[in-house]
Amino acid sequence: MKYYFQKIHIIWVLVLVATSFSCSKKLDRSPINATSDKEVFSTIQGTKQALAKVYGAFALTGSSGSGSSDLGGIDAGTSDFLRLYWSAQELPTDEALCAWGDPGIPDLNEISWTSGNLLLNGLYNRCIYQITAANSFIRETGTAPSSFSEQDQEDLRHFRAEARFIRAYQYWVLMDLFGNPPFTDENSAIGKIAPPQIKRADLFTYIESELKAIEPDLVEPRQNEYGRADQAADWALLARLYLNAEVYTGTDHYTDAITYSKKVIESGYSLNKNYNHLFLADNNLNNPETILSINYDGNKTQNYGGTTFLVNACIDGSTGDGPASYGVPTGGWGGIRARSPLPKFFGDDYTASKDKRARLMLGTDYEITNQSTFAQGVKVIKFRNTNADGRLPANAGTYVSTDFPLFRVAEQYLIYAEAVLRGGTGGDKATAISYINKLRERAYGDNSGDVSNITLNFILDERARELYYEAFRRTDLIRFGKFTGSSYVWPWKGGVKDGTSVADKYMLFPIPASDIAANPDNLTQNPGYGS
Amino acid sequence: MMNSKKLPFLLGLFLSVIFSGWAMAQGSRTVSGVVLSQDQTPLAGVSVRAAQSGVGTVTDGEGTFSLQVQSTESTLSFSFIGYITQQSTITANSQVRIVLIKDSSSTLSDVVVIGYGSVSKKDVTGAISTISEKDFQKGSITSFDQMIAGKAPGISITSNGGHPGSGSKIRIRGLSSLNAGQDPLQVVDGAPFDGYVNPNDIESVTILKDAASAAIYGSRASGGVILITTKKGRAGQTKVNFNTQFSVSKIKDYVDVLTGDQFRDYINNQSYFDFDTSYRSRLGTANTNWQKEIYQTALTTNNNLSISGGIGKLPYRLSVGYLNQDGILKTDNMQRTTGSLSLTPSFFDDHLKIALNLNGSLTKNRNANQGAIGAAIAFDPTQSVFDESNTLFGNYFEWMREDGTPNPLAPINPVSMLMQRRDVSNFNRGFGNIKLDYSLHFLPDLQISANLGFDVGKTTGTTREDSTSRNTYNLQGDVAYKGLNNQYSKDFNNYFAEYMLNYKKDISSIKSNINALLVYGYYDNKSTEDKYASFDYLNREIPNTEPLYPYTMKQTTLISYIGRLIYTYDEKYTLTASIRRDGSSKFAPDVRWGWFPSIALGWNLKKEAMFRDADVLSTLKFRASYGITGNQSGIDDYKYIPTYYLSDNVSQYQFGDSFYEMYTPSPYDESLKWERTASANIGIDFGLLNEKINGSLDLYNKHTKDLLATVNIPAGTNFTNQLLTNIGEMNSKGIELNLGFVPVKTADLNWSINLNASYNSSKITNLLAHADSSFKGQTTGSIEGATGQTIQIQNLNQDPNTFLVYKQVYDANGKPIEGAYADLNGDGAINPYDDQYYYKSPWPKWVMGFSTHLDYKNWSFSTTLRANIGNYMYNNVASNHGIAYNMAVNQYLSNAVSDVLYTNFVEKQQQSDYYVQNASFLKMDNIGIAYKVGSVFNWKNSNLTLSANVQNVFCVTKYDGLDPEFYGGIDTNIYPNPRVYTIGLNLNF
Repeated sequence: MKYYFQKIHIIWVLVLVATSFSCSKKLDRSPINATSDKEVFSTIQGTKQALAKVYGAFALTGSSGSGSSDLGGIDAGTSDFLRLYWSAQELPTDEALCAWGDPGIPDLNEISWTSGNLLLNGLYNRCIYQITAANSFIRETGTAPSSFSEQDQEDLRHFRAEARFIRAYQYWVLMDLFGNPPFTDENSAIGKIAPPQIKRADLFTYIESELKAIEPDLVEPRQNEYGRADQAADWALLARLYLNAEVYTGTDHYTDAITYSKKVIESGYSLNKNYNHLFLADNNLNNPETILSINYDGNKTQNYGGTTFLVNACIDGSTGDGPASYGVPTGGWGGIRARSPLPKFFGDDYTASKDKRARLMLGTDYEITNQSTFAQGVKVIKFRNTNADGRLPANAGTYVSTDFPLFRVAEQYLIYAEAVLRGGTGGDKATAISYINKLRERAYGDNSGDVSNITLNFILDERARELYYEAFRRTDLIRFGKFTGSSYVWPWKGGVKDGTSVADKYMLFPIPASDIAANPDNLTQNPGYGS
Repeated sequence: MMNSKKLPFLLGLFLSVIFSGWAMAQGSRTVSGVVLSQDQTPLAGVSVRAAQSGVGTVTDGEGTFSLQVQSTESTLSFSFIGYITQQSTITANSQVRIVLIKDSSSTLSDVVVIGYGSVSKKDVTGAISTISEKDFQKGSITSFDQMIAGKAPGISITSNGGHPGSGSKIRIRGLSSLNAGQDPLQVVDGAPFDGYVNPNDIESVTILKDAASAAIYGSRASGGVILITTKKGRAGQTKVNFNTQFSVSKIKDYVDVLTGDQFRDYINNQSYFDFDTSYRSRLGTANTNWQKEIYQTALTTNNNLSISGGIGKLPYRLSVGYLNQDGILKTDNMQRTTGSLSLTPSFFDDHLKIALNLNGSLTKNRNANQGAIGAAIAFDPTQSVFDESNTLFGNYFEWMREDGTPNPLAPINPVSMLMQRRDVSNFNRGFGNIKLDYSLHFLPDLQISANLGFDVGKTTGTTREDSTSRNTYNLQGDVAYKGLNNQYSKDFNNYFAEYMLNYKKDISSIKSNINALLVYGYYDNKSTEDKYASFDYLNREIPNTEPLYPYTMKQTTLISYIGRLIYTYDEKYTLTASIRRDGSSKFAPDVRWGWFPSIALGWNLKKEAMFRDADVLSTLKFRASYGITGNQSGIDDYKYIPTYYLSDNVSQYQFGDSFYEMYTPSPYDESLKWERTASANIGIDFGLLNEKINGSLDLYNKHTKDLLATVNIPAGTNFTNQLLTNIGEMNSKGIELNLGFVPVKTADLNWSINLNASYNSSKITNLLAHADSSFKGQTTGSIEGATGQTIQIQNLNQDPNTFLVYKQVYDANGKPIEGAYADLNGDGAINPYDDQYYYKSPWPKWVMGFSTHLDYKNWSFSTTLRANIGNYMYNNVASNHGIAYNMAVNQYLSNAVSDVLYTNFVEKQQQSDYYVQNASFLKMDNIGIAYKVGSVFNWKNSNLTLSANVQNVFCVTKYDGLDPEFYGGIDTNIYPNPRVYTIGLNLNF
């Protein structure tokens, strides 16, 4: 028996030795439900699904439902691109005011933000996140796998150009809002080097060169799948970039703005017959006007930002015939409504106007005496979750299926007209007037609203009438020199009921203090926002 | 109470074991007696053994014993650690009175459990606290952490709240990390598992605090190590213990909110609410105390039965326990059945020792919806619980809109949240280990051991909600689906194997003792989760809820090589040196392995000539140690690997007419590596007047490098903006004092006092790869009512989690002025960072414990008090609910805390230092009395004790909120810890 147990202990020693040598490999654990970069980009299908994230980064907050977020430090539902971008472009202006006291919102309403503003921080990080996703896509697709067919390689060329377009678009947003963001491209490896800051004028040059460089690799106008950028989107962004070039660089580019807006106008995209159909749940169908949109679906692309936010935040239980009539029977958060100047762009009594664009507003309680009283102020029901035939999309509840137009032809008409008025060459005033009248004829249903002359101030107002609540207003007011200072005040500008002047520093948003702290060697704060 | 089906089975089992014990005793006689120490106090736990047959027993708390021996037996042997073993002849009257003499060669010879073994107390070189059964907190104790709160210096135990089974946060010697795990490693009888151990089965808890003691656990020991030793059977007489307790838990205090009348008055008369008079018309006529509606007086029964002894030469202990605990939040309940078995046989003249420990628990929880706690604070007190007209939502009052749909922004009726949900889960867990120690026959000094263990558990559960539940209205945006019937399931499988070589040799010729150890350890932890679609109450699948990845699995593997040498010279000097090499699957291959060395010295000064004859001094020992521990916990698996995952069904993106699941890159950090903490410790142990006064004093300094912290990374460098990464360093320094007194010790009266106090100061010393004066710190500490907003900061030379706040300006009467803050940098504007300042931290500077135990004849009295000093708390309940703005917004009304009557704040002032309040406290955790009835039913060895206890007796504090003690220093909606009244009965026979 003793002998037997001595044998046993020898076995233990053997086990000990054996396990010591055999187990080190067991430290190489790898995740299930995950795919390596090699595998993802080994097929054109996988590559396209990665491209879907490059696009989806501006539609969704994260990849695991509406409670997930790609970003930290911000409420998931608030962390999508459009909700934040829209809030930054509309809430500080004469078009919109939000009743909520959520951190960051009152400061946007009153143009009194600081570098600690949570929403601006979220927007900045969202834009850069999408750029990082695009960089990674461009880096990973540098060489096509040998298994790719010619068609695959052709697709891949378009994909790469589109990823560069998305990146250029987000750099344009950063340049417009924050001026001097950190800069990365496909050569910036993950997790390595803190990115340098790029100056606004240099970023302008970069965006311009990128958009021009990718033009031949993009699909021709109207030939790409819905939801993907084509050459017309490229030209449309160039036209927008050039229209605002003086703000960005001090040098105007109105001639270029005319050139590129003309290219878009002549590309085959045309005005949608019904203005209000542009903002409905099935606006992905029979829509010749929208060049590029952010796509949402109440069932398959859910989040609490995007058009779900735009529809629900603009109505509450007592708006019109109730939330169900706007396609969100269980929604209606009641927060955002017009400031008094917006309905007044359609005359003293907008309800009497023949302009159908004014039909997308409700109520006559113009004045907001208390910012947090949602009942005050004219309601805007431009975005709705109903189909063109009046029916609701399947399973309608709170999530919205309406796609948001990032670029549509009407804007290009307005760019053309403004650039002509501002002295750009290559276009003419008569054509400009005819373009404006096209918009007005659609709005009026006939030519009774036609104009025979246009001025810059008229263009600014016409932009408000045509593009209100489409996230243009802050950029427009800055271009017209009316955003800061006292030349134009509106209710609650500067936090005063009748409005007051605000400092010029507010033409740029501050670089978030958190990123200055994380990247102190490279980033310098925009003027007036402290260190 | 005990499930009636199980009772007969258990009784049968126990009776059969008892009868087998009695059967063995036939043809014998009984010897009984008492064992005393030199000062005539009874000695408990003395081993009494018949010399020939080897049958034995141990003395009880009175020092008495009774042993059935063969009539041929002539001699009994009495042995006890620290005393000289005595033999005694069995005399005719069979009554023995033995006085054991202390072994003067080892005044400190209690055995202390250390990592991978045990040493005699005199050889201890590190900072170790041992709490044994007699010192445990009493009362309704449902987990081991409650037993040791306040009992040892340097250990801070903060309850996670009053939810049954919710446990505590245990911190040893302050903080050692920012975002990596800081929980101490729990080791139960040598098995490194944090499984639930029935407190009634625990014999002692040992806490390894310094690196030299803990470094043997290397990569897992940065938060310290807690060694739990369970009770074992001893060969000899069968002992049965039955313990039953009945407890009543009552809420101590409610959050101070407005009453219905106060609320009506405030809304009607404050001019702020003139902005929209429609809110006034929403006021109800009721006076509902919502907190009263959701809480209840809760009952707990706790029954434990254990039997121990030896079947032949097989010592065993078997115990079963049944706990049925209601929470004070209505519908909250936990029923836990536990069983544990230990077998500790020896073979071949003790050459082969086997220890088998098996533990199992079956826990059935009904989990109340804890969202009701916050909802009850905020819900409008002028509304009734029920609204008979609201058939849509089961006649509960809910905030409705004119169109008959619920206001989507309004909170849900707290009572309906509880009553309309039924979330029942079953958690079954088993863990245990088998340890085989084999001393070689030809070389008995060398022991070969194998220690193999498992820890497996599975949780399954179902969450059901009524079809009329407001909470499940609008599932996936569809009102057609009502109610909920969701299942969840996850399990874990942890295994380990350790192989050891241990060489112990006493070489008296050179006055040396050697204890050398080599260990190889393999640890594998795997957790899986099954995900299911959601179903409505009719069990119809709710669209788009089918999970994309229905099964997830995560696995962590750790491999360790350990060496340790304990060398003692002349019983005066002890050197302990250890080294451990750990490899973790959480890190990339080139940074995977880490070295964790330690060294420690002990100097038994009492043995030196100058102290040897100082009679007043019974113990004097000096200790010094230095060591490095590592940390990898708190890091998710696979974070160094770049991977992509597919987005789920509701997160697809549309191109053309098709929707695409998006391949999403996960954030990753290829350079993620071990966080390392170097700790130095010096300490002395002392005893005076034959240990009537004893204690220890320790000083320590811990320095953590490659600190794991979740920080904002420079935008554009990863697929996120916040990442857990190795960045920075931090330092903790402290002093610990432990003092024990025995003021009186006579046959009738025995009084002991323990006092402990510790001071700790932690500072972040670096938080950037490249330190820069412009670095403003990393914000942390999310607060409620402001998603994404934080109240704390991590920055250089500050305590971790220091509050970063604006300096509130007060008016002449000392009232805070809304929105008025000091312009600290004088630039005329109030900006974040620039005008915020560092104000206090949530971590106490001093943690103190006081316990005393008084025995007078059959009565005993005990109490435990704890105090934390220097800790601050952010009163998030007041900052979130103490403003007028939230009371009337979005077409519903919300209650406010009474603070609003004082401040009259309209808007949130979340960043004001007004809400950071001194949360120092003195608490009486426990007060109890027990009476020993003695023998009952004429059973000779029976012993009945009755006891009564109150827990959470009082709390002295300046803090305004409900409880000044909440981990992390941000007071949100805490599940209140109730006051618990317990009566108990303990019967031994």
